[in-house]
Amino acid sequence: MSLAVAKKGAITSIGPSAWRPAVVAIAILLVLAALPSLVDPYQTVLLTYGLIMAIAALGFNLLLGYTGLLSFGHSAYFGAGAYTVAFIVRDLGAQSMELCIVGGLLGALLISALFGFVCVRHTRIFFGILTLALSQVLWSLAFKFFWVTGGTDGIRVASAKLTLLGGFVNFAGPGSFQRFVFAYYYYVLGLFALATVIMWVIVHSPFGKALQAIRDNETRASFVGISVRRYRWIAFVISGAFTGLAGVLWVPLNGLTTPDILYWPFSGEIVFMTVLGGFRTFTGPIVGAVMFNYLKTYAVASTEYWQLLLGVVLVVLVLALPSGIVGTAARLAARFTRGTS
Amino acid sequence: MTIFIIQLLNSFFYAAVLFLIAAGLSLIYGVMRIVNLAHGSLYALGAYVSAWVVGGTVGHAASGTLGLAGLLLLLPVGAVAVAVVGAVIEPTLLRPLYRRPEEYHLLITFGLLMILEDAMKFLFGGTPLTAGSIMDHMGSIPIGRLLYPTYNLFVIAIGLIAALGLWWIIYRTKFGVILRATSQDRRMAAALGLNVSRVYVQAFAIGCFMAGLGGAVVVPAQAAVLGMGIEALILAFVVVVIGGLGSLEGALVGALIVGLVRTAGIQFFPEIELAVLYLIAMAVLLIRPTGLFGRA
Repeated sequence: MSLAVAKKGAITSIGPSAWRPAVVAIAILLVLAALPSLVDPYQTVLLTYGLIMAIAALGFNLLLGYTGLLSFGHSAYFGAGAYTVAFIVRDLGAQSMELCIVGGLLGALLISALFGFVCVRHTRIFFGILTLALSQVLWSLAFKFFWVTGGTDGIRVASAKLTLLGGFVNFAGPGSFQRFVFAYYYYVLGLFALATVIMWVIVHSPFGKALQAIRDNETRASFVGISVRRYRWIAFVISGAFTGLAGVLWVPLNGLTTPDILYWPFSGEIVFMTVLGGFRTFTGPIVGAVMFNYLKTYAVASTEYWQLLLGVVLVVLVLALPSGIVGTAARLAARFTRGTS
Repeated sequence: MTIFIIQLLNSFFYAAVLFLIAAGLSLIYGVMRIVNLAHGSLYALGAYVSAWVVGGTVGHAASGTLGLAGLLLLLPVGAVAVAVVGAVIEPTLLRPLYRRPEEYHLLITFGLLMILEDAMKFLFGGTPLTAGSIMDHMGSIPIGRLLYPTYNLFVIAIGLIAALGLWWIIYRTKFGVILRATSQDRRMAAALGLNVSRVYVQAFAIGCFMAGLGGAVVVPAQAAVLGMGIEALILAFVVVVIGGLGSLEGALVGALIVGLVRTAGIQFFPEIELAVLYLIAMAVLLIRPTGLFGRA
């Protein structure tokens, strides 16, 4: 494992470091921007879900891939964002999506700062169990306080009533859902691009390097003068905020928020998609989230036993391809270029 | 007063089932350092198999010839079946992963959970299965002016016997010494000539057997339903976190605490009953990360 990481580090440092990934990213972004006019609306909706989950997985991977902490409770921050939006829309009658984002982010920040403060006192398996237990506190509250949260019925958030870009884009009148799907895709795409850039900057900043130092050797990192627990806490809060943003964006598209997104198997799905893509790479979680979304959708559509199918995929992945899609692809590409040169 | 006694018995019943699940989870962690996320699903599998056998044609034949005794003899079939499943899972899926970071242990057992949940849906269908005939056959005994099912007392007894039996195996037999030696230092145990791989299979199978037994004894009282394992796993986690991962005494005390708090919770604060349990687990992790009985 460490050998593969070292190799990859060497590859990224050989190439012209900044502009090549940027060119590739812009090309991918252009393709993504052109897609809705080429494919049918259903595919657009699927891709929107995929991009939203990509933001969640990107945030999650700041902890797993860069800080070395496996959280099994990221459903809590996704749900905190989603439920805050639902409350804002239902109880305050807000219509502006931007207001929802600000509110939802605040909600997710609050919860992740609180939970993170507790959880970063431990690492490894105890960290996982703590995050899991805390996320289940939220789940049980959402589940039981049905007069506030609607219980298992959840809270409905009608997309037709929302407005984007400060009221500039609204969906009143006929064909509301089609117009929403089209506009919302670009809205999510924009925020996804923004989130990716911000995460890229974070990961490549001195702060990000410090996190990786903590991941690789906690004792040495603290000898260098890094206050390990505080850095972990900050990483936790950033991670929670990204996942919370995904929750915020997810609600209007889904139209409903239920306790299912707070239940711990949903946290497991976030872990799954990150590992599917490869958690030792920056783009892994993005690829993994989009792929997982397609995989799940088609598995659910084709068989009643979709969970079994996904479980088999996960088991095979862990046994055969532990570095995920992107990690494996990078390794193959490295072998190929070495072979030809 | 009668209500109090009945509630106390209820919490003991609940604690007995939780102990069976949590002791298996704790044993597996203690020996192999694997946190088995599929453990709850193995418990559910035990419940399904037992309910299926007892409620099916075999069960009818057994109750026809042997009566209640025949049904009770069939009940542990679920536990044995789960132990067999465990003995297959460990060498095939878990053994390749011992050298990898523990993240992968969580992932593979999560994958296993997904597979088991759907396998149960495939094998037993979506309708709940129950072995209620055992509960009916056993009748009830009067406590004060109220009636209490005898079967619940039987489960409490099973829980106690299991606790004593496990204690005896771990601290009083040669196999227990081997188990503890492997748990403390795997490489040293292997260097001394122990077949560590075999110990691991045995430990995992025993842990699975406990989970299956928990499912088997619960199913005459509560129907086996889809998703019961996912819920049970989290409660078993709460138990082992309070008691200490890898500690048998911890699992017992943790199960009693969770059983009592849950019964009191349902009576007095039903809305936050589950939340309180998770918060207790959190508080224990913060104050004493190794749990009440755990070693560092």
